[in-house]
Amino acid sequence: MNTAVARLQRQFQDYIVSLYQQGFLDNQFTELRNLQDEGTPDFVSEVVSLFFDDCAKLIKNMSRSLEQPENVDFKQVDSGVHQLKGSSSSVGARRVKNVCISFKECCDVQNREGCLRCLQQVDYEYKVLKTKLQDLFKLEQRILQAGGTIPQVDI
Amino acid sequence: MVCEMETDQIEEMDVEVLSSMWPEDVGTEADKLFNVEKSAGDSDMLKEVHLSEKRTMADLTRLPELMKTTQQGTSQVTNLVKQWEYMQDNAVRLLREELKILTRQREEAEATELKIIEEHNFETEEPENVPVLDETSDLFRRFRQKKRDALVDSKKIEIDEEFDTVAYWKQKALSLEKMLEASTERERRLIEKLNESLKAMESHSAPVEELTQNLERAEGFLHFILQNAPIVMGHQDKDLRYLFIYNKFPSLREQDILGKTDVEIFDGGGVKESEDFKREVLEKGKPSKREITFETKLFGSKTFLIYVEPVYNKAKETIGINYMGMEVSDQVRKRERMAKLREDNAVRKAMESELNKTIHITEETMRAKQMLATMSHEIRSPLSGVVGMAEILSTTKLDKEQRQLLNVMISSGDLVLQLINDILDLSKVESGVMKLEATKFRPREVVKHVLQTAAASLKKDLTLEGTITDDVPIEVVGDVLRIRQILTNLISNAIKFTHQGKVGIKLEVISEPSFAIENALNADAQEQNGQTETSVWICCDVYDTGIGIPENALPCLFKKYMQASADHARKYGGTGLGLAICKQLVELMGGRLTVTSQVNEGSTFTFILPYKVATSDDHSDDQDEFSDMVDHHPEPDDTTEGYFQFKPLLGSIYSNGGPVIGNNFLPHKVMLTSPLKLINGFVADPTSNGIGQCETGQVENGGYIDETRLKTSSGHCIESDHQYENGNGRCLSKESESCSSSQASSEGGTLEMESELTVSSHREEEKAETDLKETSKPKILLVEDNKINIMVAKSMMKQLGYTIDIANNGVEAINAVQGSSYDLVLMDVCMPVMDGLKATRLIRSYEETGNWDAAIEAGIDIKTLEVEQGCVHSTKRLPIIAMTANTLAESSEECYANGMDSFISKPVTLQKLKECLQQYLH
Repeated sequence: MNTAVARLQRQFQDYIVSLYQQGFLDNQFTELRNLQDEGTPDFVSEVVSLFFDDCAKLIKNMSRSLEQPENVDFKQVDSGVHQLKGSSSSVGARRVKNVCISFKECCDVQNREGCLRCLQQVDYEYKVLKTKLQDLFKLEQRILQAGGTIPQVDI
Repeated sequence: MVCEMETDQIEEMDVEVLSSMWPEDVGTEADKLFNVEKSAGDSDMLKEVHLSEKRTMADLTRLPELMKTTQQGTSQVTNLVKQWEYMQDNAVRLLREELKILTRQREEAEATELKIIEEHNFETEEPENVPVLDETSDLFRRFRQKKRDALVDSKKIEIDEEFDTVAYWKQKALSLEKMLEASTERERRLIEKLNESLKAMESHSAPVEELTQNLERAEGFLHFILQNAPIVMGHQDKDLRYLFIYNKFPSLREQDILGKTDVEIFDGGGVKESEDFKREVLEKGKPSKREITFETKLFGSKTFLIYVEPVYNKAKETIGINYMGMEVSDQVRKRERMAKLREDNAVRKAMESELNKTIHITEETMRAKQMLATMSHEIRSPLSGVVGMAEILSTTKLDKEQRQLLNVMISSGDLVLQLINDILDLSKVESGVMKLEATKFRPREVVKHVLQTAAASLKKDLTLEGTITDDVPIEVVGDVLRIRQILTNLISNAIKFTHQGKVGIKLEVISEPSFAIENALNADAQEQNGQTETSVWICCDVYDTGIGIPENALPCLFKKYMQASADHARKYGGTGLGLAICKQLVELMGGRLTVTSQVNEGSTFTFILPYKVATSDDHSDDQDEFSDMVDHHPEPDDTTEGYFQFKPLLGSIYSNGGPVIGNNFLPHKVMLTSPLKLINGFVADPTSNGIGQCETGQVENGGYIDETRLKTSSGHCIESDHQYENGNGRCLSKESESCSSSQASSEGGTLEMESELTVSSHREEEKAETDLKETSKPKILLVEDNKINIMVAKSMMKQLGYTIDIANNGVEAINAVQGSSYDLVLMDVCMPVMDGLKATRLIRSYEETGNWDAAIEAGIDIKTLEVEQGCVHSTKRLPIIAMTANTLAESSEECYANGMDSFISKPVTLQKLKECLQQYLH
């Protein structure tokens, strides 16, 4: 059993490191993980799921705005991007945040094409991150179920 | 016949000559033709005719003389004579020819006569026998000769009869008689013709008449041409006296002009000039033209183009000038207008190009600024990382050397951060982006806050003091943020270069400086706006007893990146931008920043600024409020304080009711001694606080630090010394509240927190006390609209041991701040409804003015009940920390400019939050 836990733990470590290395996450995610303690064992997953819900909602709103062939309400899009950028930077969703930065630039110059491209990209990125993090949390669950502890990971 | 032909010829020639010079009969007919277009009608025409007579004025006695003596006159006469001579010649030639013809005819007639006589002689005597006598014989011979020549005639006489018969002679006599008759007839005709010729000759021989006609025609022609021309012509003698004048604008009589000079006739502008010009022509002897504008009473303002030529006599001596002037006022005006238009055009073009240049430069500047902002973000973010990490590192276990190195690292990092902020500030002023705001504020409070803030980070044994003269208004209007920035800059500068003694600020009202009066002339608009407001000039001295500035370094003191010397730069550090920013800001606000200094004695930076004095309405409100406070809370009031002093209490804890997390966290703090009220003649009511002894001491000693107070508060001091681990043993006097709160100190160990609250209201104190009893935790407000950010920040705060209130936008934040007192606000910048910058401004405005008018103006629904409760004017400055996303719109300079105290860049991390709380919650 110990070996299984250790294997899971190593798997978890490798996985989370790869997420950092591939640029899905940054230190802010570590911050988040550090905030999680006995009192709030599901803090990270709560925040992250809130974030993904937020993403879905914001992206939906923005795509509705951007689908207008004319007179796109860039102000609304901009506020959405701003929200998304803030959120992603808060949870350490690095790739999403980076797309948001270029998304905002497109928005500033009212480049609809660019905005649409960014929107697609951000949609893709957050979904990828979502699956990755879901995997990560499943791994965590398995470790916990196996009676192990989540290992500290130094990035 | 021949004769007639000749006369015809003469006539033709006459016509030819005249037609080339003067068209015949031009005068009257043309008049009719050309005057049709005039609507004036017949009477006018008559008038013109009438006038034209009068236009010419001539000195008749001298003009002929002139004609005789001058070259022009001579040549004219010569011409006339030549013409006359030519005609005479012609006539003579014709007469001669006629004479010739007549002579020939007479000769013929004589010859015939002779022949007849001869023939008669022939009858009586032998013609061959005629003795050849002296003269007659010759004549005879000639006649004979002639007779033979002219035989044709005589041969016509054919005699049919036999020679020497009666019939023959009869016949001959008859034919001769006929011939004689014919001859007589011819003679008579010739005589007739001669008479005719003579008559014709008589008519030709009257040249004067013809010349007169010519002259009349010439004059008529001249009149025709000149009658409407705006021309003045004249002749003046050597002394420039008029001898002749033709004037289109006759307004003077003959005797007024002739024999007089221009100067004698006219007066006004241009007369002298024209006179001089004429004289010049006289002297130089060269004709020339000039444009002269006359400004005379007689005919107003008119410009004439004047042509002047000298007139010589036959001896080539100058005897006067001919002068011709044409009025060209309209043309000149047109020309001037054209020139002006052209000039305007040029100016406009120049302005346009200038504007284009400016636009270009502005664009460049904007680009540069944008670039700078981006760069600053790029540099600042990693740098704050470096500095932050270094600071964390400094809390770990390090040996002495490592710590030293680390300290250098941190201070260098701080310097670079400061430099970046300064550059941003400066670029903002220079690019003209910086806007000044006019808000009401209390100069005394500003001075106090600046000194307080400076005292808070003071690490030297310096006394900070502030003096404000009584005539400085309680409230003025100006850009308080900028003024505070200037003061802070100057004060920190002063502190930096002062090692002992004091640093202070002095405010006094001065009369309007001279440079401002000049400016005021250019800007009347200001006065128009200031109907109810009056301006006041306040002079602010920031003085120190520091190292001073050598005289040779003064000029470059306000230049960018310049410090007094390289040595100083090394020793004291700094970006060298602070003073440049101050100067630019002061000038932007219409003031002046100057410095006087003496090496080793100290420096004084003086800035003079104009302020509007706030309207009296608000003022009276404040006074009510103030008097309320006097009644119930006899603490000194910032509004009237005239003197502040802050002394360092090294190692003390300046606590604002916050938790004492650990002494090693807390930076050096300063106690405020408060002798203020007495200087303003305001004596606090001693009984309300029950510390009579203490108060008496204050009154007696003019409210300065005194032993009585030390004694009264000595017990308290001992207590506090436990807290002040590094205390210098000097227990400075607490002010009245500290005494009063010493009662509270027995209840809890929080004495130092309250005793320090020197100027806060009684009510707030009580509130603080109860808060402290209940939670002993600082109240923190998080203003943030992003749920996820809120969640994360909340969690972090929890981990740091704080609970926080949440506001989702600026309006909620203001309501929260207004509803309860917070110790710290974390403010997101970009938010819906109202952003963090505006919310901060409104909160600051409340702190300055004590009312929420600005917020209500901004449309925030402030509950009046709470306003009344909250009207107790808190004088402490609520620390507001911005949370910026590091975009251009959320630059830190913007945060500072809007009254924020610091900023945390997003994403917020535990470490950043911790540092910030450590700094602002004591």
